[in-house]
Amino acid sequence: MKNIRLTQGALIAAMLAAGAAQAGTLTIESWRVDDKGLWEDVLIPAFQKKNPGIQVKFSPTAPTEYDSALQARLNGGTAGDLITCRPFDKSLDLYKKGNLEKLDGKPGMQNFPASAKVAWQTDDGKDTFCMPMASVIHGFFYNKKVFKDLNLQPPKTIDDLHKVSDAVLKAGKTPLALGTADQWESSQIVFTGIGPNFWKGEEGRKALIAGKAKFTDPQYVAAWEEMSKWGPYLAKGYSAQTYGDTQNLFASGRAAMVAAGSWDIGYYNQQGVDFGAFPPPVAKAGDKCFISDHTDLGLGVNNKSKNKADAQKFLEWVASQEFADLYTNKVTGFFSLSNHLIAVKDPVAKQMIDWRKTCGSTIRLNAQILNRGEPNMETELWTVNSAVLNGKLTPKAAAERIQNGFAKWYKPAK
Amino acid sequence: MQHKATRYAGSAFTHVILAGYSILALFPIVLIAINAFKDRASIFDSPLSLPNSESWSLIGFEKAMKNAHFFSFFGNSMIVTVTSLFFILLFGAMAAWALSEYKFRGSRWLLAFFAFGIMVPIRLGTVSILQIMVSLNLVNTLTALVLVYIAQGLPLAIMILSEFMQQLPKELKEAARCDGVGEFKIFFQVILPLIRPAVATVAVFTMVPIWNDLWFPLILAPGEETQTITLGVQQFIGQYATDWNAVLASLSLAVLPVLVLYMFFSRQLIRGITAGAVK
Amino acid sequence: MKKPLPWHIVVFLAPALLIYAVFSAWPLIDTLRLGFYTTSETGSQHFAWLANYQMLLFDSDWSESFWNAMGNNVRFFLVHMLIQNPLGLLLAALLSMRGVRGAKVYQTVLFLPTLLSVVIIGFIWQLILSPLWGVSETILTAIGLADWFQPWLGQEETALYTLSMMSVWQFVGIPMMLIYAALIAIPDEIIEAAVVEGASAWRIFWTIRVPLILPTLGLVTILTFVGNFNAFDLIYSVKGAMAGPSYSTDILGTYFYRAFFGYQSQLGSATLGAAVATLMFLVILAGVGVYFFFVQRKLQRFSF
Repeated sequence: MKNIRLTQGALIAAMLAAGAAQAGTLTIESWRVDDKGLWEDVLIPAFQKKNPGIQVKFSPTAPTEYDSALQARLNGGTAGDLITCRPFDKSLDLYKKGNLEKLDGKPGMQNFPASAKVAWQTDDGKDTFCMPMASVIHGFFYNKKVFKDLNLQPPKTIDDLHKVSDAVLKAGKTPLALGTADQWESSQIVFTGIGPNFWKGEEGRKALIAGKAKFTDPQYVAAWEEMSKWGPYLAKGYSAQTYGDTQNLFASGRAAMVAAGSWDIGYYNQQGVDFGAFPPPVAKAGDKCFISDHTDLGLGVNNKSKNKADAQKFLEWVASQEFADLYTNKVTGFFSLSNHLIAVKDPVAKQMIDWRKTCGSTIRLNAQILNRGEPNMETELWTVNSAVLNGKLTPKAAAERIQNGFAKWYKPAK
Repeated sequence: MQHKATRYAGSAFTHVILAGYSILALFPIVLIAINAFKDRASIFDSPLSLPNSESWSLIGFEKAMKNAHFFSFFGNSMIVTVTSLFFILLFGAMAAWALSEYKFRGSRWLLAFFAFGIMVPIRLGTVSILQIMVSLNLVNTLTALVLVYIAQGLPLAIMILSEFMQQLPKELKEAARCDGVGEFKIFFQVILPLIRPAVATVAVFTMVPIWNDLWFPLILAPGEETQTITLGVQQFIGQYATDWNAVLASLSLAVLPVLVLYMFFSRQLIRGITAGAVK
Repeated sequence: MKKPLPWHIVVFLAPALLIYAVFSAWPLIDTLRLGFYTTSETGSQHFAWLANYQMLLFDSDWSESFWNAMGNNVRFFLVHMLIQNPLGLLLAALLSMRGVRGAKVYQTVLFLPTLLSVVIIGFIWQLILSPLWGVSETILTAIGLADWFQPWLGQEETALYTLSMMSVWQFVGIPMMLIYAALIAIPDEIIEAAVVEGASAWRIFWTIRVPLILPTLGLVTILTFVGNFNAFDLIYSVKGAMAGPSYSTDILGTYFYRAFFGYQSQLGSATLGAAVATLMFLVILAGVGVYFFFVQRKLQRFSF
């Protein structure tokens, strides 16, 4: 009974919403408030030049509210036609609930390598529901002027990193801009950023999924051990330092290095900092390096869209060389995931994308499958990693907490 | 003589405390104001210094104004706040009067029913509210916001107003009833003017959450034509980099209308009390 | 008592009742109903009796953080009761004294923080308290307390209290206004009679004015309680839905938000969220019940 009434309500809602939506205008849901200007001034006009007559509106929601607002709008039938997809489970959940259209075989999808599509596929790889848009690469930036003044070289190994940091500390500056107030940096930038060098990238990530390794194994604990030594290199009171503070600290030249990601290139360029990038340092010289090259943005079609044909045209354009080029070079630090060859113009962005040639690429350690149970690993990692950097938790205790929470629900597929 | 001295001491003490706390209340606000006129680097490098020729910058205001919709955002916020307030006060006073003046079966239950609304934040009902709005075809209209805000504001209004109404002197109403004045006339001509201070109090408490609400505009009326100013400001808060100049500038501007509303109501509050020397 | 409802009462009640029932009561009841359901992977909902509640209260993953949020919320409330409301009473009492020059200016200034958007409050206090940009350190150094400075918002031991104080700063205007309105409504004759009898201002305040405004103080208490147990915005805008460090600033509002909407890779569940909402509702109901049963009954209503 209840269910019948619910579906009836949903039907009525969907019909009315359809009536309300303007025919012919494509609305894009996104959390990239930062790119609003670029979409409106560059990307959408470029699309319209090829497809005259289709109106497109980029309608971003602040990133922290994006998921909840999108969910509410999808339930109410008022969401936009194109939906920017978070990687892995968040979008998989939308697909399972029937909010996203299946995209396999749709024009344009062939332009993406299988590795890029993994983030927006069902576990068996049979259904793909978002078109890969961009990835971000994690690494460190350094202030060229500070390094030159102190006669320092970008560190290659962990030892170098400590030496460089000590030297900066002696000169009275903050070696590393990093705060733990917002918590996510501690996990997404630091732990899953420097960690791949310890657990050998994909090898270590897949071993966890296969149940062949535990978080308490030395290759994972080592990452936490390294983090636990960073306290002295951070600014005073770093436990109350937000990400915004971190950006200001590095932009103003008061910190020599910053643990960051490619997405920040645009910001620091705009602030006029003269900076370079180096990949997460390796344990000893000559070791193979690994980078976190995270598939971050995809684009899917709302199943209830009334403009599916136009939405498809837009997706096709997103798969084109033109979009890949515009996106990579205008939204600096977000790298297209397509097979098209693109010349990256920004020097730092070029530097970072070139790491792909020498280093092994991996994604954030827990992004695939590991986040599925209770306690949720992503939120656990935020808490634990901040606590390790704050000196509130030992590396061993951190590893045990994560492993115990993981073992509680995870049964590796046989 | 001694008496006078204590009076002076007492008055000095009063001013020291009031002025002291005023500084505490004002300091952050002054900080917002001076930093709204500085460039980003100086906001953080020297937050305490006044803008000087080097750090002076109107970039935040420029960015805010550049948005073609900025003023219509203000207009939307104004319309929503004022309309909601008007109906909350009118309907709230009417219901409060019915519940406090007339004893009828179930009046206590009704009061309890309204009281529940104070205990549970209306945000919990978001999904159902959105469904209702969709089926009434009200999504992306200011009406949707107004309706929700009225529903949200009524319980507190009714609680406070009925509390006040119970304290009104009985003789007034009885006198009017003896003269054969109708119930509606009693309410609108005798009671409403008397409860003006309470109405002003309710208005002040109700308007702030409405003006500053981010949630319902986001869910019910995110369209460009219906955005409120608080939602409009969100476009400056990015995933990684927040445009604090624009946020500070637009939010300092956004305080002004509520401040005017507040001054208006707080005058009512005082005037109502001094004029209503009925006790 | 059995006579039909007079129509003027219906007219007085109808608009408020209608709007409130449709746009607030019904959605909320619907939410409470959802608390008995669970959501499957495909989004369909099934009746599941008390499964959600059992999980929230007895599964250690959820119950530990629930009680943590609950404990923090109690502390958050106590700070408001011990600091915000006495401060509001003090300010209102001083404002309502006769012949205070500039009372209106004070009144406006003291209420200003309440008018601000929480986004700006979060930003400015973070800037003031930040160890990097030196506002509070400069001030503390100026008064010789430089050693006191700590990154209050970042430490597990102090973050919650710091946020509570920010909230007190923001909201003290509300109890102040309510109490002020009650104080100036006390008829002058009562006070004058006492003055003639030679009672001191201090005695008049405690023996005449405070007893007369007890109903208002009760209202303030209950509004503070309800407001604090529904609080969300400030902590969310300063600390995010994760309410760090290590959930030390997590209160029921942020806990509910994570359950209902999810956070990062954690998926939200409308049904589980509804169960949390129901628990919050019960907590508030219990608090309000206790208040009415033990306190309100003892408060004598003074009519004048």
